[in-house]
Amino acid sequence: MTAVLDRRAAAPPGTREAHRASTRRSLERSLRRHWQLYVLLVLPVAYLIVFEYIPMANNVIAFKEYNVVGGIWGSPWVGLENFERFFANPVAWDLIGNTLVLSLYGFLAGFPIPVILALALNEVRARFFKRTVQMVTYAPHFLSTVIVVSMVILIFSPRIGFMADFLGFFGAPSNLLADPDSFRHVYVWSDIWQTTGYSAIIFMAALAGIDPSLYEAARLDGANRLQKIWHIDLPGIAPTVVVVMILSVGNIMAIGFEKAFLLQNPLNLSQSEIIATYTYKIGLLSADFSLATAIGLFNSVINLILLLAVNTVSKRVTGNGLW
Amino acid sequence: MTFKTTTRPDLRTEPDTEHRKPRRRPRRMPETGFDQVFMAGIYILLTTFLLVVLVPLINVLASSFSSPAAVSGGRVFLWPVDFTLRGYQAVLDNSAVLTGFGNSLLYVVVGTVISLALTVMIAYPLSRSDLVGRRVLTGGVLFTMLFSGGLIPTYMVVQSLGMLDTRWAMVIPGALGAWQVLIAATYFRASIPGELYEAAQLDGASDLRFLWSVVLPLSKPLLAVIALMYGVGQWNQYFSALIYLRDEDLYPLQLVLRNILVLNANAGGTDLANQLERQQLADLMKFSLIVISTVPVMLAYPFVARHFTKGVMIGSVKG
Repeated sequence: MTAVLDRRAAAPPGTREAHRASTRRSLERSLRRHWQLYVLLVLPVAYLIVFEYIPMANNVIAFKEYNVVGGIWGSPWVGLENFERFFANPVAWDLIGNTLVLSLYGFLAGFPIPVILALALNEVRARFFKRTVQMVTYAPHFLSTVIVVSMVILIFSPRIGFMADFLGFFGAPSNLLADPDSFRHVYVWSDIWQTTGYSAIIFMAALAGIDPSLYEAARLDGANRLQKIWHIDLPGIAPTVVVVMILSVGNIMAIGFEKAFLLQNPLNLSQSEIIATYTYKIGLLSADFSLATAIGLFNSVINLILLLAVNTVSKRVTGNGLW
Repeated sequence: MTFKTTTRPDLRTEPDTEHRKPRRRPRRMPETGFDQVFMAGIYILLTTFLLVVLVPLINVLASSFSSPAAVSGGRVFLWPVDFTLRGYQAVLDNSAVLTGFGNSLLYVVVGTVISLALTVMIAYPLSRSDLVGRRVLTGGVLFTMLFSGGLIPTYMVVQSLGMLDTRWAMVIPGALGAWQVLIAATYFRASIPGELYEAAQLDGASDLRFLWSVVLPLSKPLLAVIALMYGVGQWNQYFSALIYLRDEDLYPLQLVLRNILVLNANAGGTDLANQLERQQLADLMKFSLIVISTVPVMLAYPFVARHFTKGVMIGSVKG
């Protein structure tokens, strides 16, 4: 009783001190009883600090002129000079443009197709056919980027590939990969080829979760298949679609290095150079760490802002968000 | 027999349709004219999808078994022309490919073990509601999904740890995936009943003991999914090797492939005097190389696919 009063006197309830004190007490108790859990956490937390959070802190060199002697903390501050240097270069706007166009195109062309595939598959009752289509369409997901790009290069090669003949028939340029205007189409459609089947899985799962009584009601109302898709399936998967859409929009500036870098050649560079590949070249090939970090940081910040903005808008409009 | 049809009158009225009748789910309504046309459209659409994915894969497979001249002349479509195994022979004679294959296997095994261990070590405590600081920690993991240090800042860490140009650079950076941690924590929270934990506590089992003897054995499907995600990812990636490795003896298969397939390095057998023949063999070898390097993933494919599907499902449960 006196202990309780003492504690109350020391820190009135509801204040920050009281909260802190109670947290400390429960931590002590928890540590005594569950110390093993905290021991388990040591390695992963160390990993997160070393390989995730220290790199974030290393971003300060974007505001410094990094030199090996001074190291990260000893190099002189230069303010926003690195960013100014980047934007003073006319290439900067090409890079940003290329990055945006490539990912927006990828998003607009690639987003609806898995939804269509899932809706179509959902109508099919023939099990063998359904399973075959599923198994085959998500197989390319497991191919590596190197393999997919090599397949593209070989299949579209004017001398070897069968697609070159096929495209030639429609009057497309004979060597697609040497043509800067074709780079985006090649990039986006090979991506769609690789990922559609796998992306459809999540929509299939959402479709499987729709209440069967809705279809029963639609049947009684005499709805046809298209009407059922429009009035039951689509509203049913809308929350999933929104979440997937936010994630894709949030990644618009985070378009991957791996594939663009492999598809690049001196002939298509005017369209295929994106921020990620440029950062690699400036940072590791030209060893200008500060400039490369500044470009990378600019990219990450834009991306973070985009993600937060899309999430907020989506929450307002549809009530669905990531958190 | 007649009874069977009369119990399902909706089937009786229906003419023979284009596909087999479902075994378990009876057809709910007779197809109207519109629906029949619509279904035909859907079958055409799905068949197109199927062919678009399948044809390039079959073309690569067929090419890999064809003669160098046929491949080089672009004469192979969906069936091998002048069947030979010379492409595969050329691949197996290439020491860089074999070294890369061995390295990749090593990186996959070691990397997956490290990743899996780290993931369980953080995900299990995170799944426990009595862990103090759980929110902060979850936030710390989530934030790495939204914002990453970037290429150069991460490179500098790896450099300062002395990992550049060592095998460690292939398995340590990137070992812990935020997505996998969230999936695992969600799974542990949802699928391990609280009663089990209480019972274990009464029996005097420690947290580690409970994790090892109860949680992990109950989570085999999850562990399989996560191990496969990490394993396939490790097998397929070339980026860490590109930035961290200089020594070609440490190269994983994907980087070797990139040099041969994309950069056209190391073309053909050296013993062939004839320039044309060398070029032709180099072309053929690319197709065989694609097939061989995909075999490990494709062998596991039926198994992998089933579990990956599950992984997507687990991931879609918001936690």
